Amino acid sequence: MINIKHIAKLANLTLSPKELKTYTKQLTAILGYIDKLSQINTSQIKPTFQTIDNTTNIWRQDKVKKSLSQKQALSQAKKKFQGYFVAENVFSKTDKKIAAIKDKPRKKLDKYNAVLTQVNSKGKLGHKDLFLTKNIETTAGAKILEGYIPQYSATIVKQLENAGYITKNKLNQDAWAHGSSGENSDFYPTKNPWDLTKVPGGSSSGSAAAVASGMVDIATGTDTCGSIRLPSSFTNTCGLKPTYGALSRYGVIAFASSLDCPGFFAKSVSQLKKVFQQTSQPDSYDAVSQSQARQKKNKTKVKTIGLPKEFFTKGIDKQVKQAVEQAADLFKNKGYKIKQVSLPHSDYSIAAYYVIAPTEASSNLARYDGIRYGNDRQYFGAEAKRRIMLGSFASSAGYTDKYYEQAAKIRTLIIKDFQKAFEKIDVILAPTAPTPAFKLGEKTADPLQMYLMDIYTAPVSLAGLPSLAIPCGFTKNKLPIGMQLIGSRWTEDMLFDLGEQYQQETNYHTLRPNKI
Amino acid sequence: MTKYTPIIGMEVHVELNTNSKMFCGCPAHHFQIKPNTHTCPVCLGLPGALPVPNKKALDWTILIAHAFNCHVNSYFKFDRKHYFYPDLPKGYQISQHDQPISQNGNLILDNGRKIKINRVHLEEDTGKLLHKTIKSKKVSLIDFNRSGVPLVEVVTEPDISSGQEAKEYLKKLRDIIRSLKVSDCDMEKGSMRLEANISLTKDIKKLPNYKVEIKNLNSFKFVDWAINYEIDRQTRLLEKGTIPEQETRGYDSKLKKTFSQRSKEESQDYRYFPEPDIPPMVFSDKEITRIKKQLPTLPEDQVKLLIKNHQINQASARLLVANEHYLQYFQTVVKSIKDIHLSPQKLANMIINKKVNINKTSPKKLISQLANQAQSQISDTPSLTKIINQVLSDNKPAVQSFKKGKTNALGFLIGQIMAQTQGKADPQLARKLLLEKLK
Repeated sequence: MINIKHIAKLANLTLSPKELKTYTKQLTAILGYIDKLSQINTSQIKPTFQTIDNTTNIWRQDKVKKSLSQKQALSQAKKKFQGYFVAENVFSKTDKKIAAIKDKPRKKLDKYNAVLTQVNSKGKLGHKDLFLTKNIETTAGAKILEGYIPQYSATIVKQLENAGYITKNKLNQDAWAHGSSGENSDFYPTKNPWDLTKVPGGSSSGSAAAVASGMVDIATGTDTCGSIRLPSSFTNTCGLKPTYGALSRYGVIAFASSLDCPGFFAKSVSQLKKVFQQTSQPDSYDAVSQSQARQKKNKTKVKTIGLPKEFFTKGIDKQVKQAVEQAADLFKNKGYKIKQVSLPHSDYSIAAYYVIAPTEASSNLARYDGIRYGNDRQYFGAEAKRRIMLGSFASSAGYTDKYYEQAAKIRTLIIKDFQKAFEKIDVILAPTAPTPAFKLGEKTADPLQMYLMDIYTAPVSLAGLPSLAIPCGFTKNKLPIGMQLIGSRWTEDMLFDLGEQYQQETNYHTLRPNKI
Repeated sequence: MTKYTPIIGMEVHVELNTNSKMFCGCPAHHFQIKPNTHTCPVCLGLPGALPVPNKKALDWTILIAHAFNCHVNSYFKFDRKHYFYPDLPKGYQISQHDQPISQNGNLILDNGRKIKINRVHLEEDTGKLLHKTIKSKKVSLIDFNRSGVPLVEVVTEPDISSGQEAKEYLKKLRDIIRSLKVSDCDMEKGSMRLEANISLTKDIKKLPNYKVEIKNLNSFKFVDWAINYEIDRQTRLLEKGTIPEQETRGYDSKLKKTFSQRSKEESQDYRYFPEPDIPPMVFSDKEITRIKKQLPTLPEDQVKLLIKNHQINQASARLLVANEHYLQYFQTVVKSIKDIHLSPQKLANMIINKKVNINKTSPKKLISQLANQAQSQISDTPSLTKIINQVLSDNKPAVQSFKKGKTNALGFLIGQIMAQTQGKADPQLARKLLLEKLK
């Protein structure tokens, strides 16, 4: 039985009696599902906390760099006094009361609710609002950060600026990248340009919708567990979730640090390849981008493509299955060998993911206290609170072994599954999502059902592998279907080759939604 | 009545004086700097910022670990320690939990007792709070200049048994770390901070089932006092049959009392997990040995060397070693000691008793001064006797009053001798000869 009040205290959240009741119920259900992790005996397994090719010893020399000015440092604080930040007196702290938050609806800027901020109409690049853009509002899709004007830009934002890209707009998303549908934006849900009654997928919902509708050519996104790939498959766009560590995370608001992968949406694989090559570099500000394996890029010529049998069984939509199998046939006709492979632990990946990600998220969201920037913690939306609560519980004293440690061991098993598979094949071909885009509101009442949408993306994320998501057909109702090409670490070039070949033979990616 | 044995452990935090902070390039010094001028996205905990460790801080922590005879782990990592406080910008402190840089060291006290060191690990400092009332509202002001400064934690096993021992342990620890030149260990500037854990037991084979932590101890004297106060307080409680509450207590140096700050119910669950933003560290034996070779002669060894090489007493040797400038001065001057007719002990006394201003008088200057004096001094008995006879016959009234018992007349006569010789008379010999004459 969860001591929900104790967890709320650990999480530094003030919850109403109603919320306490709801979260008790929801957490109990989610933990019931997560309990399947204990079915596996992991006594001989080492936990995996990072997928960085066993990289060690990343450090900086003891050199002084320029600091922010006092004015810059204090610029986003609600209260300041003579150069200091001001907090409630720590000794006279009383229990926080639940205050009504000021709820002013944010102005809608386009019919898909994809855009949160217009930057420059001449631009052709959009940024997910998780990417910090200096002097341009950055919200993470969250009310806590509404109005936050960053003091610095993300490394990727700078890299793209230097490469000549002009930023057109900042794009909507599930708040803090928590979500699979785009409906968890604290402002408004993004709509799917192919069918305005359907979700575009999340969490990079605005990025997918902006590229699908032609508003921008390229959009940044992040993929922690499918947040680029899932919306790519729902919107007929191409999405790249790179090898974990390939692109710098510096200045990209953290969700789950050991899984977060910044990446891109574009209309073709060739565009993705170009922008990836412009940005895939070690960054001295992100230790995990300095993997010692980066240089040893794998340049194997693809001969054999594997289909993981676990991804084609229960729960998959018939039309999705068919479309992916057709893609396999196309590759077969091009002379590639197609082999079935097994990833036996993939069934545990959602459970492992929903321990690891909320644990890290609850930690990463601890900094939002409303003192140095943004609003206070009462502004967290329902999904953020749910995940902070879940993560705080899973990492609390007495539960770390059962949850975080066990999930990290399952992660090792999932990595081993892939390693074994890649001994026999070069690339894995798999569906991206079990179904095409679903209706807005369809899954919002049942968080667990929503979480299960990530079933085909979670194993790849846990293993830190690159995955290229590309369109591979449509349903009878003209909804896009997507597939993913998965390689071992640092094999993006191989995936691009294969993806470009596929797009020479097919025209799915060139199709645009009818203007409605 | 069975006597209780105090079980005491110490936790000491020391700020390293690296150029830059632990995980970012901001300047690490923060004492009396304009608030919030040494911050950046990393140490201010801005969204999206990431830590990258400072190599020098890693090396220096290993050096400290060696100085306390710790086992340096070839594999270590950083962890996140979670708690909410306005001076902790990220809501967690990057620290080390189950795989710290080093473990299992020791420090030996003068009575031969070995204080086991549980671990020496590396973490980051927090910001600084200032409590004020603004417009009749109580607030806490925050300065993040200190946030992210490298902080080394040295934790003992509960091997200390008195306030006096704690004080000795702390002094030794401070002297050792200062000798490594990696920290000022200045309690007034906050670069050294102390915490003590105290409980009492009748059965020394068994650790008591409670522990009282005392924070905010900002001098060695206060540690001694606070521990003694606690021993009294806990003894009185135990004697009444009450087990002291497990809690964190502060120390009020004016009232010389400890006071309750936080009880067990509120004790923290830090939800440690490995810091995902920093890859683990692996140091080869070769690298660990390379750092060990940088260890200077440690204070205790330095004291022994001084005694052995210069036959000075232990107290003087300790005082010289405790002050880096004294020691350097002594070591420079002592090389020319034969030219200046001075014993090493006298030289030591001169330095310790501030008979020489070592900031103004360079060792070279002192040596030449002393050498000149030695050369020109009138220190042969016949010459001095001649001068003394002259002085005695010129100052008969003074001689008379001395003989009547006015001892201050002696000083006058010596003054006259010095005046006659323009200060060149050997004062001790002159005094001796004068007294003989006056008998």
